[in-house]
Amino acid sequence: MCWHSIRRWFSHAPTCQEVARERLQLVLAHDRADLTPGMLAMLKDDMIAVLRNYVAIDPARVEVSIMQEGRVTRLVADIPLGPARSSEESVKE
Amino acid sequence: MAGKVITVTSGKGGVGKSTTTANLAMGLAMLGAQVICIDGDVGLRNLDVILGLENRIVYDITHVIDGRCKLRQALVRDKRFAELHLLPAAQTRDKSAVSPEAMVWIAQQAAEQADYVLIDCPAGIEQGFWYSVTPADMLIVVTNPELPAVRDADRVIGLLENNGHKDTRLIINRVRSGARAREQLDRVTIVETLAVPLLGVIPEDDGVTASSNRGEPVVLDPRSAAGQEFRVIAQRLHGEEHPVPPEPLPFWKRFFSRS
Repeated sequence: MCWHSIRRWFSHAPTCQEVARERLQLVLAHDRADLTPGMLAMLKDDMIAVLRNYVAIDPARVEVSIMQEGRVTRLVADIPLGPARSSEESVKE
Repeated sequence: MAGKVITVTSGKGGVGKSTTTANLAMGLAMLGAQVICIDGDVGLRNLDVILGLENRIVYDITHVIDGRCKLRQALVRDKRFAELHLLPAAQTRDKSAVSPEAMVWIAQQAAEQADYVLIDCPAGIEQGFWYSVTPADMLIVVTNPELPAVRDADRVIGLLENNGHKDTRLIINRVRSGARAREQLDRVTIVETLAVPLLGVIPEDDGVTASSNRGEPVVLDPRSAAGQEFRVIAQRLHGEEHPVPPEPLPFWKRFFSRS
């Protein structure tokens, strides 16, 4: 018990409160947007498919997430332009 | 007299809505205000038991709605404070017996006779929720410092906002202190996330269970920590200045800040 506390102290494992805080933010972001994590993943795939008709992008570097600012919810997409990196070049047809 | 209609709601069940309603109603009556509390939980009434008034009931809210008695006849007067009255819910009917229009009609009549009308909203976001919140001038959302309760509170606050309710306040109930406080969500996170003004914080108090069983709200007990906070919240509602104290610091921070 004591040993666990000491280890947790040094390893900076998240406390119960920190875990709850992070889960709360994530759950509320999806609740408020009425968008489940699975739907968000599908949205991201669809966005990538559409964007690829116009620009070169690397799907692996695209990030789509839901952000909270007070009671305002935003869908935030980070899409670095440019082709996939050389390591994935060979995979491309 | 045009009293203020305040509905106590939460979304999730078991967070302390009825306890809060009973204690705030009694706390306001202790300040000399005329208070009518309405049990909105038709079919599962409990406010009567928490207030210790179950043996005095003759009529209930559905009798008033059906025109079988006047509001005045259905009101149960508290045995301790003449200022406090209860309009009980029906126990053997369901929530379809009450409509939002009927509740508005009842709340208006009650507000003519009282300074405060407190409506105890049932859990959930169905019919009982809607008829309870429709007449409200002010909403009090009760939550606990735990993920499921805060999530449901957020949903309720969103619904209220979308329906044009402007004055929504928050009470965080069953807050622990000391080492076990760190198992709970902290106050700052809850208030910032829900983004509604904080009306008060009620400490976890073992005496609350016994008080519900006895029918004597903790607000009557001068030694109860929860009762003390309910008295302060009643004073805040009644217009007295009582700033909400900041979240207590953990002991090591308190130690270092003492300079």
